[in-house]
Amino acid sequence: MEPLIKTAFPFVVVSVGILLAFQGVLMIVAYTVLAERKVLGWIQGRIGPNRVGPWGVLQPFADLLKFIFKEDIVPDKSTRFVYYLAPMVALVCALMPIVVYPFGPAITTVDWSFLPFGLGDGIHVLPLTIARIDVGVLFVLGITSVGVYGIALAGWSSNSKYSLMGGLRSSAQMISYELAMGASVIGVVMLAGTLDLNGIIFAQINSPFRWFIIPQFIGFVVFLIAAFAETNRVPFDLPEAETELVAGFHTEYSALKFALFFMAEYVNMFTVSVMCTVLFLGGWYVPGLSHLFDPGSIPYALVSHIAFIGKICAFLFFYIWVRGTLPRFRFDQLMNFGWKFLLPVAIANVTLTIVVVYFLN
Amino acid sequence: MEPSLASYLALSGILFTIGATGVIFKRNAIGMFMCIELMLNAVNLTFVAFSRYYGDVTGQLFVFMVMSVAAAEAAVGLGIIIAFFRNSRSVDVDDASILKN
Amino acid sequence: MVGTALFFLFAGFAIMCAISMVYHKNPLYSAISLVGVFISLSCIYITLAAPFIAAVQILIYAGAIMVLVVFVIMLLNLDEDVPLNRLRYLYAVGGGLGLVLLAQTLFIFYAVSRTPNVAADQAQTAGKTLSLGQAMYTEYLLPVEIVGVLLMMAIIGAVILARRLGQPQLELVVEHEEELRHHEQ
Repeated sequence: MEPLIKTAFPFVVVSVGILLAFQGVLMIVAYTVLAERKVLGWIQGRIGPNRVGPWGVLQPFADLLKFIFKEDIVPDKSTRFVYYLAPMVALVCALMPIVVYPFGPAITTVDWSFLPFGLGDGIHVLPLTIARIDVGVLFVLGITSVGVYGIALAGWSSNSKYSLMGGLRSSAQMISYELAMGASVIGVVMLAGTLDLNGIIFAQINSPFRWFIIPQFIGFVVFLIAAFAETNRVPFDLPEAETELVAGFHTEYSALKFALFFMAEYVNMFTVSVMCTVLFLGGWYVPGLSHLFDPGSIPYALVSHIAFIGKICAFLFFYIWVRGTLPRFRFDQLMNFGWKFLLPVAIANVTLTIVVVYFLN
Repeated sequence: MEPSLASYLALSGILFTIGATGVIFKRNAIGMFMCIELMLNAVNLTFVAFSRYYGDVTGQLFVFMVMSVAAAEAAVGLGIIIAFFRNSRSVDVDDASILKN
Repeated sequence: MVGTALFFLFAGFAIMCAISMVYHKNPLYSAISLVGVFISLSCIYITLAAPFIAAVQILIYAGAIMVLVVFVIMLLNLDEDVPLNRLRYLYAVGGGLGLVLLAQTLFIFYAVSRTPNVAADQAQTAGKTLSLGQAMYTEYLLPVEIVGVLLMMAIIGAVILARRLGQPQLELVVEHEEELRHHEQ
């Protein structure tokens, strides 16, 4: 009995961590949808939804109920298996990077000896990252690459010309801007010396510029633009714009399957906001906080975590702000920009970083 | 606790066999291409298994090279398939017999 | 015990996806099965202490090469393979070759399991990015540079192969139109 519990314990711990993290992220995503409608409303001179709860705070739940109760339509000649698989792939690949996010600094003042069977003896740490993978950055970039399948397969399996065009255009846009995104990350990785997300935050703590946005400003701008294109947001949202292609690759999806795509888009936004925060804005690190609280104590971790969420919310607000402000690119302008301007700028940034790092060491 | 080296080599051999029979049986050019990629991956698994069991990083480096070459081959091979399709409207490899006397 | 269970889980999934890939006549289902093989192989690489190779496998194979293949399948609108009236004995020959290869595989298993081998140290750093990067840029610099040149050749080759001859560029057409209008005025 006891060896079984000892082998099963790490799985239980990880499961609890995943449950909490996914709950938190899905709540943030649900309220991002509400925030988008309200902020867009204010930009456009009207109030957003305010009927359902005070200031509309229960609106996400009303939306969820609406999606559940809608009729589930399946097009006649579509290939069933791929049609059902596509939104699942999109959502799973959007949610998987949550396990590597550094939600906060590790708390080192916890006493685990209340656990039975001697499971907690000698351990004093509560890490706030679910999985410390050595190649965290590559993991996130790789999973976002696999997320392209959800869109391509959705476009194809719906057996409609709008969906196919939207799906192919969206996939082509995503794979083009993945290159610029990856290249802009290389500069940060060179300065930090590691691919681990927690390691990058520690490198920012130990560096003379507290946040990597200062030495890597070009990389930050490139990453932000590429992130807009990766998540199919304005000004790069031609593949799913309502006036252009009906609704792009998710034209033929209704009810809960469309809700999965919708959620996948907002979770993708969350993912790239987290990456931007961790790589360029120091993640949970607030300069000067270690003078107020003891690093490793619970108040320090709490304030750092709130700062992390605050930075992410700032990026999400920036996304919504840009949506309300800019017109969208035409598709050939989009591809030109990605290949002929953004990728060379990212590579020039890498070269510049190489030269500077070489001469400073 | 861990499976021995032989298990990884057996898995690699089985995947290679499946890929080889796929290349023999498939007539679709893209299907054959995918079976070749499966064979390359089986060989990658062999390299990584040996690298783990002898502690040498050279195996993983070679896997990196194999992946890069496979990517290059994919780009050029699919370009050839597209060019061939434009001329003959079919990707059946039995139709690629223009040089036959 | 956990290691063996994980290995059999991922190995079983890989073999099932590989058989599914060879079995399906619809090329898109084959492509999806192959992505399943790549993902399970990536998980096996993680259990073999090669996290960098696992991440690169997902990035390059599942995320780039197979996306390319799926694009080509969608653009060319490939149908399923039509069953051909092939000479019957060729099926037997193909199956026989497959069995021969399988027998060779099992012989390898038998031979290797008879030699004593010891797994290398658990905490070794061979798979970590640092040691891989160091080996790549000191001892094996020439292959890395050659691979770079090879990739550039592949890019140029792919662009040339996929080019449509005889289709004028948009700018030339626009210039031509403007010239015609100037002549008319």
